[in-house]
Amino acid sequence: MNTTTKCAATALAAALGVTVLAGCGDDSGSTGAGGSKTVTLVSHDSFDASDAVLKAFTKETGYTVKVLKSGDAGAALNQEILTKGSPRGDVFFGVDNTLLSRALDNGLFTPYEAKGLDRVAADVQLDADKHRVTPVDTGDICVNYDKKYFADKKLDPPTSFDDLLKPAYKNLLVTENAATSSPGLGFLLGTVAAHGDSGYQDYWKKLKANGVKVVDGWEQAYNEEFSGSAGGKKAGGDRPLVVSYASSPPVEVLYADPQPTEAPTGVATGTCFRQIEFAGLLDGAGNEAGGKALLDFLIGKRFQEDMPLKMFVNPVVKDAKLPELFTKFGAESEKPATVAPDKIAENREQWVRSWSSIVVK
Amino acid sequence: MVLDRREVATPAARRGGRRGGAVRLGLMAVPVAFFALFFAYPVAAIVGRGLKADGVWQFGRIGEVLSRPDLQDVLWFTTWQALASTALTLLIALPGAYVFARFDFPGKQLLRAVVTVPFVLPTVVVGTAFLALLGRGGLLDDLWGVRLDTTVWAILLAHVFFNYALVVRTVGGLWAQLDPRQEEAARVLGAGRLAAWRRVTLPALAPAVAAAALMVFLFTFTSFGVVQILGGPSYSTLEVEIYRQTAQLLDLPTAAVLTLVQFAAVGAILALHAWTIRRRETALRLVDPSQTSRRPRGAGQRALLGGVLLTVALLVVLPLGVLVERSLDTSGGYGLGFYRALQSADAGGSTFLVPPLEAIWNSLRYALAATAIALVIGGLAAAALTRRAGRLVRGFDALLMLPLGVSAVTVGFGFLITLDKPPLDLRTSWILVPLAQALVGVPFVVRTMLPVLRAVDERLREAAAVLGASPLRAWREVDLPLVRRALLVAAGFAFAVSLGEFGATVFIARPDNPTLPVAVARLLGRSGELNYGQAMALSTILMLVCAVSLLLLERIRTDRSGEF
Repeated sequence: MNTTTKCAATALAAALGVTVLAGCGDDSGSTGAGGSKTVTLVSHDSFDASDAVLKAFTKETGYTVKVLKSGDAGAALNQEILTKGSPRGDVFFGVDNTLLSRALDNGLFTPYEAKGLDRVAADVQLDADKHRVTPVDTGDICVNYDKKYFADKKLDPPTSFDDLLKPAYKNLLVTENAATSSPGLGFLLGTVAAHGDSGYQDYWKKLKANGVKVVDGWEQAYNEEFSGSAGGKKAGGDRPLVVSYASSPPVEVLYADPQPTEAPTGVATGTCFRQIEFAGLLDGAGNEAGGKALLDFLIGKRFQEDMPLKMFVNPVVKDAKLPELFTKFGAESEKPATVAPDKIAENREQWVRSWSSIVVK
Repeated sequence: MVLDRREVATPAARRGGRRGGAVRLGLMAVPVAFFALFFAYPVAAIVGRGLKADGVWQFGRIGEVLSRPDLQDVLWFTTWQALASTALTLLIALPGAYVFARFDFPGKQLLRAVVTVPFVLPTVVVGTAFLALLGRGGLLDDLWGVRLDTTVWAILLAHVFFNYALVVRTVGGLWAQLDPRQEEAARVLGAGRLAAWRRVTLPALAPAVAAAALMVFLFTFTSFGVVQILGGPSYSTLEVEIYRQTAQLLDLPTAAVLTLVQFAAVGAILALHAWTIRRRETALRLVDPSQTSRRPRGAGQRALLGGVLLTVALLVVLPLGVLVERSLDTSGGYGLGFYRALQSADAGGSTFLVPPLEAIWNSLRYALAATAIALVIGGLAAAALTRRAGRLVRGFDALLMLPLGVSAVTVGFGFLITLDKPPLDLRTSWILVPLAQALVGVPFVVRTMLPVLRAVDERLREAAAVLGASPLRAWREVDLPLVRRALLVAAGFAFAVSLGEFGATVFIARPDNPTLPVAVARLLGRSGELNYGQAMALSTILMLVCAVSLLLLERIRTDRSGEF
């Protein structure tokens, strides 16, 4: 008797469950069916494109794009490495130059030379002889400054890595943890490029003595600590210098209401590290033809011109025009620092570790 | 209805014959299969990947990893901050438990729901709120120039914020049912106030306090978001380190060893917890909570009530209030601008953001599916566990709690390498998210249903039968009303926990249906006033959805609604 009760109770629960599950199943139909007419793009959480642009791709090629997002850039790539050979999608977008070697060493991608690659600047084609990956966008990680702070103090904002060591800028800079945050790592790599393998440790000791603050992620640094951003202003941020992106000032303008005539923040153009993002055809892709078409499309004019206002990055093809927001409020970095991907792969762990021991502990 | 709570333990321990055993095994089959497939197998696979090289186990790696000084620091910090957080939570929450148990005051029900909101809020949101309170320009800073961000105090206080409700509910729930007349009797017999409390109330309460303390310890030992956001780069718990090693560095051997260490610790905590729970179920004379609480009398009691209300206001209401305030604070003064922005066409038209209504719908849909799964699995498990039996069943009980102590990234990455072949190629299916959320929901369902199912008095059914009711009628009149309420409460908890769940939703690749917490995190990841404001507005909406479901829960709360 007792057990019948419980059976009935659980049967009730089961019935409830099945009903709800059935109600939820409406989007599963598109998953496997159709097969070759769907091309799957795996990316990180920051991927974005206009619906209209993706529709244009479908109209041109007949393929519908399905986007899978899985965490930040590092986590997304690591998931691809784990599933190597039986990937979840056809194309992976979002491996940058700091992670490129890890992706290539693991043999994630099938070589494919995308159509229109000749329009892509040569200095971003880091795998030009094998074409395992195709460069899609670039973005610069630079120190941003709060214009109002420096105007009020009648102080010139810093422009270079060395400026940041000056007493005038003591206790003004906030950066991110190089071990966990991609701008944090970019800034560290920028100092490595500027001061060399041996000099960067010394540089960071001085920067620490000059009061650099380290927080864990970009969100805290930019939205809480930085005095120039909308979020930071509300949070009472008191650091007028922050490690962020060259595109941050235009974004501040775009998402202000009403839009100001001048960006509230500026970029220290001599403190930039260039990030290049790549896409590649996944080894074992179910829809290789569709994947190739998608790679062509990613460096096509239409997608390239859509990117700046969607992901706040710069196009890599010469014929793509930058939106007015970027030309008006954005900054052109002077000779952004770069470090070769294989050198990054080789030294990254050791650089980050000694950085941590200098700055964090 | 009042009858059912007279005694907790009418041990139905008579082993129910051969047939009962078979039924129990049958009931257990589904939950066991579920846990084997969606928990044990993926976690074992990812740990195995880390500990095996060319098919050979490399147990030497355990020693290697554990002897690294930086990881020893992590272990040490994880342990002591959990101990400190637990002590602090008990210190602050026990007076609250007493007040909620013994005093009547206006708005009590609402307040009980409010203090529970943090428990189900995602840490992204809470971290932001706490920075606003303890960080620069926060309230403490304004008043006394004190800043606690990136200090261990911020972590400890946030842990109290999260777990306050756990203690108030677990301990307060029992306290309310203890008969105050027993203590009064002791005093009549000559015991002093303190002695009476120490001899009568404390022993009855101790197992509940121990159970609550262990749960707080478990949650703070495995703390992730709070430590990451508030601790800055200098503090790291085991859970944070497992995430870094897995998701960022793909150092699977180190992650595997750390996962095993956490497993061992969590297993020990759960074993202790199961033991205290069993002690708690030893027969106590319990009464209707509505008979034990009354309006506070005298200056001392009023001061106590005032103190607790002030603590709740400062610790719980204030951080939540800050979020609301910021969601309304537009550049043109206070207004609903950010909420309107959430609806504008700009939010649609691309794959990054979805209109908030859609994010809410996604959240609700995932949470409903997760709740359904958790109810089926948890309900079956609870039914199987109802009859107290041997060690095996008890072990199964503790096993169901294990997912609470295992990192979402471990489970998520485990899914990737195990559920990759037909017929179970679920890697890109939406169902993976509710499945992972259900893993966390099941323990809540089991813990809520089990005491109620165990307490259904056989004699009630027998009485109904004697009075001429058919078995079906007896079930409908006796069992259903009791079980239905517990079922609803369990569903509510599973729902609220899934709603706020962030880890699995982020780590598991899915066709892009961002839930509310994911949408908040994305907005926070972009600069610009509108993005920040919209993140705050969405957080407020999430908070409201959580609060409303908890308030509904309060309405149907059974008196013995398990340990949460």
